[in-house]
Amino acid sequence: MTALTNLFRSWTFRWAILYLLISVTASGAVVSYLFWQTNDLLAVQLLQTLSSEEKGLREQYALGGIGLLRETVRERARAPGAGIYLLTDANGRKIAGNLNRVPPELLENRGGLFTFDRQGLDGAKVERLAVGRIIRVRRGALLVVARDIQEQRDFALTSQRILLWGVAVVALIGLGGGVLVSRYIFRRIDAVTETSRRIVDGNLSERIPVNGSGDEIDRLSTNLNDMLARIEDLMTGMREVSDNIAHDLKTPLNRLRNRVEGALRADGDKQSYRATLEATIDEADALIRTFNALLSVARLEAGARSVSSETLSIATVVDEVAELYAPVFEEAGRELRVRNHLVMPAMIDGDRQLIGQALTNLVENALKYGHSVHAPAVRGAGGGESEKFETELIEVGTLSPARAAIHDVTIELGESATCDGVTVVVGDRGPGVPPDERERVKKRFVRLEESRSRPGSGLGLSVVAAVMRLHGGELVLSDNRPGLRATMRFPRASEGADAVLDRSP
Amino acid sequence: MRVLVVEDDAETAQFLRKSLRESGHVAEIAGDGETGLDLARNDDFDVLVVDRMLPERNGLSLVETLRDGGDRTPVLFLSALGDVDDRVKGLRAGGDDYLTKPYAYSELLARVEALARRATPEEAETRYAVGDLELDRLSHKVTRAGEDIILQPREFRLLEYLMKNAGQVVTRTMLLEHVWDYHFDPQTNVIDVHISRLRAKIDKNFETPILHTVRGAGYMIRDGAH
Repeated sequence: MTALTNLFRSWTFRWAILYLLISVTASGAVVSYLFWQTNDLLAVQLLQTLSSEEKGLREQYALGGIGLLRETVRERARAPGAGIYLLTDANGRKIAGNLNRVPPELLENRGGLFTFDRQGLDGAKVERLAVGRIIRVRRGALLVVARDIQEQRDFALTSQRILLWGVAVVALIGLGGGVLVSRYIFRRIDAVTETSRRIVDGNLSERIPVNGSGDEIDRLSTNLNDMLARIEDLMTGMREVSDNIAHDLKTPLNRLRNRVEGALRADGDKQSYRATLEATIDEADALIRTFNALLSVARLEAGARSVSSETLSIATVVDEVAELYAPVFEEAGRELRVRNHLVMPAMIDGDRQLIGQALTNLVENALKYGHSVHAPAVRGAGGGESEKFETELIEVGTLSPARAAIHDVTIELGESATCDGVTVVVGDRGPGVPPDERERVKKRFVRLEESRSRPGSGLGLSVVAAVMRLHGGELVLSDNRPGLRATMRFPRASEGADAVLDRSP
Repeated sequence: MRVLVVEDDAETAQFLRKSLRESGHVAEIAGDGETGLDLARNDDFDVLVVDRMLPERNGLSLVETLRDGGDRTPVLFLSALGDVDDRVKGLRAGGDDYLTKPYAYSELLARVEALARRATPEEAETRYAVGDLELDRLSHKVTRAGEDIILQPREFRLLEYLMKNAGQVVTRTMLLEHVWDYHFDPQTNVIDVHISRLRAKIDKNFETPILHTVRGAGYMIRDGAH
């Protein structure tokens, strides 16, 4: 019952019914019009025949008086398929013709429709319909001229019946079609409704079925699914952040608490208290930094932060960051170089602070992890991991010992080969990131085993990836043979191409 | 120096009052935006420290109202919202500086003192001098005891900012913000390395150091003679 109620409530069904009504009415009107027109035409022809017959008989009468008229009527009445004739005298007695009595209907109005009985083939009496006229001949003598229209009337009735049946059948088929179409659409929209209901109830991984036809509902479903995927991503991000907070922030907080508690218990002197407090502040600072980075990744990923976009020269940002970091590299006995392969200045749309921070993160990573695997003095004891990696590289032949000795970090600026964009590549000579880890390290708090022993939150690359996504670009990690090659790929500025040309020397 | 702290967290407010007093300043406290606005209007302060999220009236509105009334007292915003666009909103509302929570007290003190100093007219100064170190802002010439010191452009700006705030602590974050215009905290000691290079040029060959490291806070340029 509810299915039926739903059917009547559905707009597709209502539209189908409305459409059906309109089309049935229209076709009915056309057919009726044709029918009545045909009927009308037949009637006019009949009347013309009758009046020309009347005229002919009057002429006969004028020529030969009542005698000739009688003969003519007799002759005509006998002819096969003849019309209906009756000649009577003043007393209404039949003189000639094939009708037995003057129809009373005709006496009243001189002409029109009347019925008469006729012997059927089987001998029974059949009532038939005719149309005719009465002509007063002379001294009360009457002449009836008529035509049998029973067949015409039968035809008309049959046509009407056929028409009605036709309309009924069309209506039925239309109704059936309407039900089918609306049930189809109903089912598909119902699937969307059902799915959204389940999503509202909390199952975010539900997706609306797409049948691949590419029609409107399919497109709608695809778009809704994309939207759902985005929402799910954001929700997952939120959940990850809270998990991260629970795990990666609670641990150091607990450590901090333990340290303070330990100091209280130890009953130490002023000196040791002071040392503990200072260490506590350092730990708190590290926590705060992690927390800030985590928040900013979350906000960047949620897209909550609108990029305060300006058109800026990427080379300028690169130079500034390089200038900021070059001394630190030199202090460490290393080198940070900028190589600009751009033919002309490239402008990008973006937030200088965010891009600066992203580049800074990559440079700091290169500073921390990117020293050559052949510089044991810097690396210290070195892990078995990196030794293995290095051996592999030498075996493959990509690494000549002389080349590996280069332990500088480069920032290269270039045109993007794959899209119309600009790339900033930070390359180091460190152990790099194994291919199967390259996607994972972009996630929050993911740190490679060998970097665990060093300070850092594991958020640096997440920030870079989030910043790049926000700028419509991407972060790609690849092999620097040896080392890590972190590529920031920016789309070019949408406007200001002219400005670039103007500024180029 | 009189400082008004508009902060709804009582413990933070007490901590700031106590710390500022220990640093030799007078601090008043307001626990909500309306009280803060009243005090700021009817009393005379050198610097206002305003939390962005306050009961009754938020910090942005407080400062906007104050500025609309023609009050130019320097304002340091404190906020848990640390993104660049939050900072821009704060500065646009009339704030002079922006500090993200949580912060170190030394950072807050350095910024408050820098703000108080900025309020005193010194715009026309084209020359800074600390002891025998002189810096000409127009010709970009730096001398110490009459000897020319050649600085890179960034080193010049670093020294210029330090000398502008001579006698006061300047934090690493302040330097990164004012000399490099970057508003994030690097993980490494980038600023320290730049400072040590600057120090090598202005202090190394002279008897009294002029560029001092303030432990746990930052740096300060001060005439070593007193």
